Amino acid sequence: MSKLSLRTYTLLQTVTSVGLSAMAWAVTGVRPIWSGTEPSDRQRIYFANHTSHGDFILLSACLSETERAKTHAIAAAEYWGKSRLRRFIAQDMLSSVLISRTWTSEAEHPISIMLSVLDQGHSLIIFPEGTRNTSDELLPFRSGLYNLSMARPDVELIPCWIENMSRVLPKGQFLPVPLLCRVVFGAPVVVGPGEERRAFLQRARAELLALNPRPDRDD
Amino acid sequence: MRHEISILIIGLFVVLSTASVTAGILSMRAPKPLSATLINLTQRINAWWVMVALMTVAFFFGRYGMTILFALISFAALREFVTLTHSRRSDHWVLLGMFGIVIPFQYWLVWTAWYGLFVIFIPVYCFLLMPAITALHGDTERFLERVSAQQWAIMISVYCVSHVPALLTLNVPGFEDRNLLLIAFLIIVVQGSDVLQYIFGKLFGKHRFSPNVSPSKTWEGLIGGLVASSLLGALLAFITPFSPLQASAVAFVACTMGFLGGLVASAIKRDQGVKDWGHLIEGHGGMLDRTDSLVFAAPIFFHIVRYFWTV
Repeated sequence: MSKLSLRTYTLLQTVTSVGLSAMAWAVTGVRPIWSGTEPSDRQRIYFANHTSHGDFILLSACLSETERAKTHAIAAAEYWGKSRLRRFIAQDMLSSVLISRTWTSEAEHPISIMLSVLDQGHSLIIFPEGTRNTSDELLPFRSGLYNLSMARPDVELIPCWIENMSRVLPKGQFLPVPLLCRVVFGAPVVVGPGEERRAFLQRARAELLALNPRPDRDD
Repeated sequence: MRHEISILIIGLFVVLSTASVTAGILSMRAPKPLSATLINLTQRINAWWVMVALMTVAFFFGRYGMTILFALISFAALREFVTLTHSRRSDHWVLLGMFGIVIPFQYWLVWTAWYGLFVIFIPVYCFLLMPAITALHGDTERFLERVSAQQWAIMISVYCVSHVPALLTLNVPGFEDRNLLLIAFLIIVVQGSDVLQYIFGKLFGKHRFSPNVSPSKTWEGLIGGLVASSLLGALLAFITPFSPLQASAVAFVACTMGFLGGLVASAIKRDQGVKDWGHLIEGHGGMLDRTDSLVFAAPIFFHIVRYFWTV
C-alpha cells in the first residue's frame, strides 16, 4: 500500500472486487444458499472448505458490496508473499491478509494478526484446513478457528460450503472451467461451555460437511 | 418479411398478456397463501416475457443476433450438463476445450455455412479426439462414464442447439432472405407445444405417460399438446415455405421429437438425482429445462427442411 495513494488504492480495490464478483458470476453463475443464517452486517468469521484459489472470490461474491469491502480473506504468506506481484495481487488488489505458517516473532503470530483485523470491526474468511485440499475428504481443522472464537466470542462463526470449485479451478491450473457453483451458508457454530479444543474443531468440521448439498458425489 | 414479423410479435404479445391477466385473476381469486403451482405459473409467465423479449431483440440483429444468442444458449446448457455429470481432475483440459474450442468453432462453422464440416465436426472429430486426449492423460478411473458424459454434453448442448441458427444457411427456393422465419416457426411451435402439453396436462391429465421417468407427463397432456401444436403449425404456415398441411405435419414431427427430448432430459436428471438442470430461468429451472425439447427437435427439423425444400 506504501507506493499508492489512498484514493488510488481504494479505487483499485473496488474495481477489482466488483470485477472479480462479476467474473465469478459469469463463469460459475454463483448463488448463495442461506440455509442456516441470513446475510447480515454483523461481524463474522466465514470458514470454508478450500480446494482452489477461486474459493474466497466465490464466497465474497455472495456477500453484499458493503460486506465485501470489510471482509478479508486470510492467505498464506508462504505462497502469496513470495514475489512482489503475488503480494500486490493478494494485499493491494484483493485486500487479503497474509499470515505465515512459520512465524518467528510474537507480532507475526497468525492469531494476533487476525485479531488485529477483527478489532478494526472487519470480518474474516478463513480456510481451517490450512491448505488447498486435493483429496476427496475434508482435512482436519487447524486450531485457529477455536482460538479466534475463544478470544472474540461475540464474532459469529459461519460455516460455508463452497461447491464444485475443485472442478472449476483445481490446484495447479490457471484457466477456470465454467461450472455452476453454490455457496451454502450454515448456522453459526458456537463453542459450547467448557468444550475442549479438539472436540470443537471436530464438531465445526462436521457442521461444515453437513452443508454439502450433494454428499453422494465423489468428484 | 416485415409483415410476418409484425404479426408474430403482436400474436405473442396478445398470448402473453392473456396469460398474465389469467394468472393475475386466478391469483386474486385463489385462497391465500397462494399454492406453489400458482406461484410457479406466474413465475413461468414472467420468464416467458423476458425470453420472448430477448428473442425479439436477437431477431432484429438477424444472423449476428441468432448466432450469438444460440452460442450463449449452448454455453449455459453445456455448463449445466457438465456440472451435473461426473468428471475428474484429469479432465480439466478436455472440459476447457469443450467451452473454449468446441463452442466457438461449431458456431463459426454455422456462421460460414460450412455444412460439410458443421455436420461432422462434433460427431466425428470430437467424438474420436476427446477420448484420445483423456486416454493420453492416463487416468482410466470410470473412463467410459466420463467420456460418454462429455460426448453427450457437446452433442446435446452444442451440436443439436447449433442446428437452430444453422437454419439460416439453408437455401430454400422462393424463400430467400426469409430463413429467420424458419427459426421463429420452429421455436414457437416447439415451445408452444411444451406450454400446450403443460396446460392440457394440468387441465385433463389423468394417465401418467411414464411414471418412472417423469411424473408430470400425461397421455392427455401429450395428445392434447401435439394436436394443438400441429394446428398451431398449420396456422403459422404463412410464415413458412410449407403448405398448411405440410406445416402441421412438420410441426407434429418437431413436437414429437420435442416431447422425446423432454423425456430423455428427465431420465438423465432422475439418474443424477436432481429435479432441475439449474436455476437460470425463474420458475422453469435451468437453460436445459427450457431447451430440452428444442434440442431434440432442431436437428430433425433442419434435415426435413434441407431434404425436402432445398435445392
